[in-house]
Amino acid sequence: MSYLDNILFAILLVVGFGFFAASVKKIIRNINLGVDVDRKDNPKARWKNMAMIALGQSKMVRRPVAGILHIFVYVGFIIINIELLEIIIDGLLGTHRIFAPYLGVVYDVLIASFEILAILVIFAVTVFWLRRNFIRLKRFIHSDLTGFPKSDANYILYFETVLMILFLLMNASDLHLQNVPGGVFHKAGSFPISQFIAPIFNGMSNELVVILFETFWWLHIVGILIFMNYLYFSKHLHILLAFPNTYFANLKPEGQFDNLASVTNEVKLMMDPNADPFAAAPPADENAAPAKFGASDVQDLNWVQLLNAYTCTECGRCTSSCPANQTGKKLSPRKIMMDTRDRLTEVGKNIDANKGVFVPDNKSLLNDYITPEELWACTSCNACVEECPVNISPLSIIMDMRRYLVMEQSAAPMSLNAMMTNIENNGAPWQYSQQDRLNWKNEN
Amino acid sequence: MSESLVVPTMAEMLAEGKQPEVLFWVGCAGSFDDRAKKITKAFVRILNRTNVSFAVLGTEESCTGDPAKRAGNEFLFQMQAMMNIEVLNAYEAKKIVTACPHCFNTLKNEYPELGGNYEVIHHTEFLKSLIDDGRLTVEGGQFKGKKITFHDPCYLGRANKVYEAPRDLIQKLDVELVEMKRSKANGLCCGAGGAQMFKDAEPGNKEVNVLRTEDALEVKPDIIAAGCPFCNTMLTDGIKHEHKEGEVKVMDVAELIANAQDL
Repeated sequence: MSYLDNILFAILLVVGFGFFAASVKKIIRNINLGVDVDRKDNPKARWKNMAMIALGQSKMVRRPVAGILHIFVYVGFIIINIELLEIIIDGLLGTHRIFAPYLGVVYDVLIASFEILAILVIFAVTVFWLRRNFIRLKRFIHSDLTGFPKSDANYILYFETVLMILFLLMNASDLHLQNVPGGVFHKAGSFPISQFIAPIFNGMSNELVVILFETFWWLHIVGILIFMNYLYFSKHLHILLAFPNTYFANLKPEGQFDNLASVTNEVKLMMDPNADPFAAAPPADENAAPAKFGASDVQDLNWVQLLNAYTCTECGRCTSSCPANQTGKKLSPRKIMMDTRDRLTEVGKNIDANKGVFVPDNKSLLNDYITPEELWACTSCNACVEECPVNISPLSIIMDMRRYLVMEQSAAPMSLNAMMTNIENNGAPWQYSQQDRLNWKNEN
Repeated sequence: MSESLVVPTMAEMLAEGKQPEVLFWVGCAGSFDDRAKKITKAFVRILNRTNVSFAVLGTEESCTGDPAKRAGNEFLFQMQAMMNIEVLNAYEAKKIVTACPHCFNTLKNEYPELGGNYEVIHHTEFLKSLIDDGRLTVEGGQFKGKKITFHDPCYLGRANKVYEAPRDLIQKLDVELVEMKRSKANGLCCGAGGAQMFKDAEPGNKEVNVLRTEDALEVKPDIIAAGCPFCNTMLTDGIKHEHKEGEVKVMDVAELIANAQDL
């Protein structure tokens, strides 16, 4: 019996982390399907962004209620990982609360703080559940969130509650066994919350409480491993990706859209008086895919945009601040991110099913997921970008897709084509002659 | 009002062998739109009164390409940008001031990569610097005690973090500056950005400019101040939609300053 537990536990850990590593590998592979973009400059500003926004939650608290409750869950998650380390060591070595003798009073403080955090997490998660299902905040009952995205959010809340309850029950049964005459377990830890739960074990035999303790202990760690592996399928992936996502986020002013380098070369050639108009085109690389202007599918987006899609928590702050969405138009920045992720997952599955090569499936992000109507409703006001708690830019995807519509398909709305023709011919979006530009000077 | 405006062009300046302190980029709206032309003239009146040495490109100016770029036409944008950069560089422009946040953003942020490097400032920042340097003094005048709210243009505020200069200017007028529930980084778009100005809105249940006008009317202002010719148009239309044109005026910050000084 004595080693069976430990071996079983070790197998469980290997399987749990093994599956998790496979998922992470797949996510990295999919993100790398995007085109390259340099986001390695200015590491100092990037680390600062990560520290302030991901670690420090500075943008979360812009909406104080959700922000503060989120901090409970977030700190709870981070801190309880220390406890997890002890659980793993105990599980592998068959020890009980191995850190206690080494940490002394610090250990008591740690366990006590875990307990307080656990109860705060349960409180926060309950409020979150009420906001989603009972108070029905507009951004949570939005049409973006039907089916899996809706239940996914609830599963996470249920899971967190169960994990915290198991943690407290584990501590309560532990405390009970520490205090029974003779002491089945050695004294360790301080239990400000579970001391009130412990009395439920009064009157039970020590053997039964030991079995209960072991059950809570196992369910808790198995639950954590399942939860970890669920991340891959869930919006909850943000707990990991928020960190790289804020690190690699755009550092330039929000109004600065990138200049397409491929276009720059062509325009320079067009404007160069010395260019030979009859020169043969440079020999094309037979194997190279023809360069596309803008984006119609996930492979045309850059890897940061794809990382953005995996990081999105579907919180809907972007959509609730979007002027187009607020006035009943079809655009929802959150849906742009969810669509990008869904399509990317689909492309990834296609690659897996076809031995590592993408086989065209006659589908694309444009039209099959995101319609031109959504794209044209955007005012490029950056409200969604400003609002995102983890610096995602739905706007950059919208702009790249507009570029595809205009430069590859000439599919701009008619009035925009007229505007562009005016700029081309008269140097102004309206039909006025450039020669009249200074007329205002003499008008009254 | 009747005194005529002195508006030298860069070409005239060059002919005299002079380089102005600042190049005033008028923009398409400021040149052609009847409402926006009033903003242009108000700003020029202040420049004339404060003896700022400035010049415009006049007929040599062309669209920065902002609406083309936001509409997704990178070709047209870069064509416009490179032509403008050639002109600006030929005049050795160093400092550019503009009353249009779209021109401001494009010249400031998107031209450098294409070879156009200038110090670009919005007219509210420029007016603020004139006051700070003691070249311009502003008193309340006809606006004293009025209630004014400022609408943050997206391409000035969120896009480039200029929030304080226009507010500082308004406060110089001895007025009551009231903030809308959504302002600064949380400001709501007027509905014109991203080339929306030049097309019909997608189907919805309301126009963005009407929603934004409702935000503004909620604080019961006498004047809605703006710092963008497009916002000005959108909010003016919004006021008309709400039938409030008799009670509430939409004015550019430059117009407020010029009118307060009876320029």
